[in-house]
Amino acid sequence: MFKIIRKFVLGPKIQCIVLDAPLIAKKAQAGQFVIVRVREKGERIPLTIADFDRNAGTITIVFQELGKSTRLFGKLREGDFIPDLLGPQGNPTEVEKFGNVAVVGGGIGVAAIYPLLKELKEKANFVITVAGYKSKDYVFWEDKISAVSDRLLIMTDDGSYGRKGLVTDLLKEVIGEEKIDRIFAIGPTIMMKAVSDLTKEKNIRTIVSLNSLMVCGMGMCGACRVTVGEKTHFTCMDGPDFDGHFVNFDELMKRLETYKSEESE
Amino acid sequence: MNKIEKIAVAMRQQPAAKRVKSFKEVPLGYAEKEAIKEASRCLQCKARPCVLGCPVLIDIPEFIKAIRKKRFQQAIDIIRRQNCLPATTGRVCPQEDQCQKVCLMGKTGEPISIGSLERFAADWEQKYGKRIKAGVIKKGPAKNKRVAVVGSGPAGLTAAFELAKKGYRITVFEGFHKFGGVLVYGIPEFRLPKAIVSVEVELLRKMGVSFSANTLIGRVLTIKDLFKEGFSAVFIGAGAGLPKFMGIPGENLNGIYSANEFLTRVNLMKAYKFPEYDTPVKKGERVAVIGGGNVALDAARTALRLGAKKVYLIYRRSEKEMPAREDEIRRAKEEGLEFKFLTNPVRYLSDKDGFVKQVECIKMQLGKKDSSGRKAPVAVHGSEFRIGINEVIVGIGTTPNPIIARTTPGLKLKGHGQIEADEFGRTSIPGVFAAGDIVSGEATVINAMGGAKKCAEAIDEYLRR
Repeated sequence: MFKIIRKFVLGPKIQCIVLDAPLIAKKAQAGQFVIVRVREKGERIPLTIADFDRNAGTITIVFQELGKSTRLFGKLREGDFIPDLLGPQGNPTEVEKFGNVAVVGGGIGVAAIYPLLKELKEKANFVITVAGYKSKDYVFWEDKISAVSDRLLIMTDDGSYGRKGLVTDLLKEVIGEEKIDRIFAIGPTIMMKAVSDLTKEKNIRTIVSLNSLMVCGMGMCGACRVTVGEKTHFTCMDGPDFDGHFVNFDELMKRLETYKSEESE
Repeated sequence: MNKIEKIAVAMRQQPAAKRVKSFKEVPLGYAEKEAIKEASRCLQCKARPCVLGCPVLIDIPEFIKAIRKKRFQQAIDIIRRQNCLPATTGRVCPQEDQCQKVCLMGKTGEPISIGSLERFAADWEQKYGKRIKAGVIKKGPAKNKRVAVVGSGPAGLTAAFELAKKGYRITVFEGFHKFGGVLVYGIPEFRLPKAIVSVEVELLRKMGVSFSANTLIGRVLTIKDLFKEGFSAVFIGAGAGLPKFMGIPGENLNGIYSANEFLTRVNLMKAYKFPEYDTPVKKGERVAVIGGGNVALDAARTALRLGAKKVYLIYRRSEKEMPAREDEIRRAKEEGLEFKFLTNPVRYLSDKDGFVKQVECIKMQLGKKDSSGRKAPVAVHGSEFRIGINEVIVGIGTTPNPIIARTTPGLKLKGHGQIEADEFGRTSIPGVFAAGDIVSGEATVINAMGGAKKCAEAIDEYLRR
């Protein structure tokens, strides 16, 4: 049983939950995720670790209420318990001193880039963060992200806050202005694909964090398989980070729709 | 003396037409009278070949004698001296290749149904047995040393049992939220009811074994961390969990599962009760299952129970080479499974949304014997044909999960990533032991248990030094 210590609403259907999980907090690193089961009859869903506090023994998860499990999770309150939490899963993001780094976060992906930004800063990179949201109401963690970025550029789809447009528009400008040594992109699959397409032309290595469907999260089922460079990989074991220039995003997007008909039942 | 009956007492089973509509167990078990009658067929021969045929060396003639005398508690006590999962092995052991294969009665008639009798004694215990209710198992004097057991499948549970009996303090670490490993995620309810597995696990708890779920060794704690936490030895029974795929075009289309994923969704996550349970599973109308082992058969029979109108089992060799148990092949036939022998998939085709709609196969013929001693299947040029399906389950085997190997420097591996260990499970790291599928590659429940038992002796010896 894992206790919900704090809970915040960050935006429309966007929840932030802080869980008591000392062992996981002790080991967690940027890029890793947990498998959560929110009730005894619940499914196992992967969620990225958006922050961790080794001293307090807590991890933070940010998610959008999209399906049944995230809706149920969102209904829980501070002091409630969830039955199961497995992690930290997946390989930590490889971070070193790259030089100039552009980090793109989209939607709740902005939460997932936070531990990465922290580590990039610790390793003395110049970090330009591009955060994309749907609209002003959806903007969250601006201060938090800003504190660990050298430049923070915010965009909204409708222009109600920051610049109007897609993150790729801004990224294109950033790439045009200065030499970028490494790019990270975390967000909706379609966004990661667009970023990868753009940076492939410019030949800038781009790491994406894939959000495949999962069951076990530890390599025994293969629900999360993804084609990267003509080869099948398991996102949970070999990822979740992959070189975006080699990921078959079209296949991934189709696979994410596998249970669309069941979910609408 | 009465003449000995040559024909074994058959176990009653649910009729095929009824059982394919539910997940209830297929064979119904012996009634007391039937068990006694079957036990009376045992010759109580001096040679006792059955004992040596058993990977955990159960004193088979003795427990059969006890059943014959209606001493059922005594019968289960005898079994439990060697085997902590009798209700499980009584159901899933391939007795026909082990104890029953060498039974002397088999020379003149049918061998004694040892498995059915083991199951009878174990089921009797679960209903009436003293031990389950009281939760007492004779244990050696308490020792102040702790042993970590990694994995809660047959190997891990057996190691925990043997070491707890010797008085060690045991913690079993499991990545999943439930204990039992392949017994809970893999083998379906209709072959091994989950309630039975949980009673067997509960018994270990009553013996004082601690269980830690959601704890994947190699991630949240490494083997090294376990020693730092105060464990004096580590037993690795992490199994062969990584599903193999064929690497053919279209294998990642929607609606194509590994058998592990399909069975985990249905067995562990109870997707057959969706939406009461939150995990969905595709319920294909026409399903192709690839492979010829017990896992492939389990998947195929599960698909039938989920309501499939047609399930094909596609196997590249012929029926004779199928590694699955004969009993299960027969039951699968009764349930309407259609076998496509000497057939191999070469690619999958999809609809516009990425869902599988056809499998293209090629005909095979058997050539020279390969390293497995079976005739190797060879593709027949130009014999490709397609079958319309909307779900595929790939059950062609598994390889060891690499998480522990990747995170344990100094741990020697062999072959396809199995942990290198001697016959007593000693690995390249002192104090670290391993047995079961992670060492042998895919094998049976009972072989994993046999390995774990030997390993427990070696751990005891190591800790006494």
